[in-house]
Amino acid sequence: MKAAASSQGLAMPHIRPGRILAWTLLFIGGVVMVTPLLFMLSTSLKDASQVYDLRVIPEAPTLDNYIEILGDGRFTRWLINSTIVAVIVTLSNVFFDSLVGYTLAKFRFRGRYVVFIAILSTLMIPTEMLVLPWYLMASQFGWLDSYWGIMFPGMMTAFGTFLMKQFFEGVPDDFLEAARIDGLNEFTIWWKIAMPLVTPALSALAIFTFLGNWTAFFWPLIVTTSAELYTLPVGLSSFAVEQSIQWEKIMTGASIATLPTLIIFLFLQRYIVRGVMLAGLKG
Amino acid sequence: MATVEIDRLVKRYGQTTVVHGIDLSIQDGEFVVLVGPSGCGKSTTLRMIAGLEEISGGEIRIDGRVVNDLQPRDRNIAMVFQNYAIYPHMSVADNIAFGLYRSKLSKSEKRQRVEQAAETLGLSQLLDRRPSALSGGQRQRVAIGRAMVRDPAAFLFDEPLSNLDAQLRTQMRIEIKRLHHRLGTTSVFVTHDQVEAMTMADRIVVMRDGRILQVGTPLELYENPVDIFTARFIGSPTMNLLPASLKNGGADLTLGGSVQVPPAAATSADILVGARPQDLVPSSPGVPGLTVSGTVAVVETLGSETLVHIESAGQTIIGSAPGRQIPQIGEHLTLHAPAERLYYFDKATEKALAAR
Repeated sequence: MKAAASSQGLAMPHIRPGRILAWTLLFIGGVVMVTPLLFMLSTSLKDASQVYDLRVIPEAPTLDNYIEILGDGRFTRWLINSTIVAVIVTLSNVFFDSLVGYTLAKFRFRGRYVVFIAILSTLMIPTEMLVLPWYLMASQFGWLDSYWGIMFPGMMTAFGTFLMKQFFEGVPDDFLEAARIDGLNEFTIWWKIAMPLVTPALSALAIFTFLGNWTAFFWPLIVTTSAELYTLPVGLSSFAVEQSIQWEKIMTGASIATLPTLIIFLFLQRYIVRGVMLAGLKG
Repeated sequence: MATVEIDRLVKRYGQTTVVHGIDLSIQDGEFVVLVGPSGCGKSTTLRMIAGLEEISGGEIRIDGRVVNDLQPRDRNIAMVFQNYAIYPHMSVADNIAFGLYRSKLSKSEKRQRVEQAAETLGLSQLLDRRPSALSGGQRQRVAIGRAMVRDPAAFLFDEPLSNLDAQLRTQMRIEIKRLHHRLGTTSVFVTHDQVEAMTMADRIVVMRDGRILQVGTPLELYENPVDIFTARFIGSPTMNLLPASLKNGGADLTLGGSVQVPPAAATSADILVGARPQDLVPSSPGVPGLTVSGTVAVVETLGSETLVHIESAGQTIIGSAPGRQIPQIGEHLTLHAPAERLYYFDKATEKALAAR
């Protein structure tokens, strides 16, 4: 027995060629993704004279950029703006997408299918095409250069509605009927019974919406004109002025902006992975 | 506690009628079982009583009050579902307490009710647990607990034992019956399992294709089925039916031999003679009745009795032998059932020919 065990222990583990290929591809993919992040971090630790010195580890690392950026009132303002926009839009999506998704999944009413198809069809229109009507709408209603102007196009999304509808369809009707008999009204059934049963989907929706809005650039750039209403990505881009692009400042700001994303991922990666898997399976 | 009355109840889905104007009156404190094959309308009927399905026609009265247009929550009923429907994100205590969601009782009174129900159902030690940490039987008890705390006018059970294994099902059957004796609440129980119906019901309602075929006590249905469907549905193993032609007051069996037919049953030329396996035993035909001989094809040893399947003229007939008397496969065996244990049906209409 002992001899057999030791010989097994010494034997080279059998690795399939497919697995080696997969690891190689994943490694290359990892390098491609991590390199820009490393350069971002590295550049943020350099002074302006070292920016074009492409060494990853700076010769004379400095935190001056961070001190300067964090001391700059505008940056803090943009950080707060991004937080406000991302949090409100996320809460709104979690609420409205799941409310509409639940209604479409669990109630039988005339025109239900038409409404669903109409919502779904908006997924096929590219954002670039929507920007013009959004802008005209914001302009007509006086929403230009305001928080509401930044937020309104994303307060409810077709994708979120579709995702939540798919998940609510998986909730057995018995749960809802039992609650109906126990005396809950329809809104409370949705809130107290159905919502807790789709927590993985809600987490996925919340995470994706938050990250999407945190990094949103195109629409906030168009709709805002005053610097105090810029979101973080728009504000950082303003460091690139015609005469001089302040790469070290942009990279410092970007490094700070990445932190919430990193924190979210570190703490919620279980939900993110599950959400992606579930969305993939269900969608 | 309350009576439940159903008058000419109809359910239609578009052009399809699934319940065809049924009438049923359930007494206060009675345990009534709706039984029938899948698609017979039993669950739909229960759901209409609960208010979970709209009624297409007719009337439902609970405790004398017409409830046709009342919301489920206003009908003062409690329902136990097939897949328990206990909320996975709540503890056992919260699940049971959920039955009191609309109750105006004080917090301490609610807690007391929950504890009482938990004690009755043997769940006192599990109140803090989540449903995922419970066995199937325990989950079903939580569902019953949630129904119990309400002290409803009637309990509605929609195949609540279907998801349990055989042993647990037998145990829960007894527990529900015991609970009914204790609480005396009017109960309507839906199942497709005739054993559950026979063992639990004060009265059984046999349904088929959206119609009630027969209503009666378990023994009435067993002894006097009104048609072939009920005769075969009630009783296990299912009743043997042997084709026969009437001749001179007797009936010649297709597979050979003849039986005497009571005059009341001698109204049709082609009949089916029914014999329950429990009545068809290996014995010599000393008394008048049905005698069939054949080769033993299958033997099912149950311990208390032995079920014997014999092949006779291309038909399989099931009889029973005492537990320790196990015939050999291939053996020639004669089975006999006394005349007073036989059933007679019209072959064309499938109706029983005479009450026994």
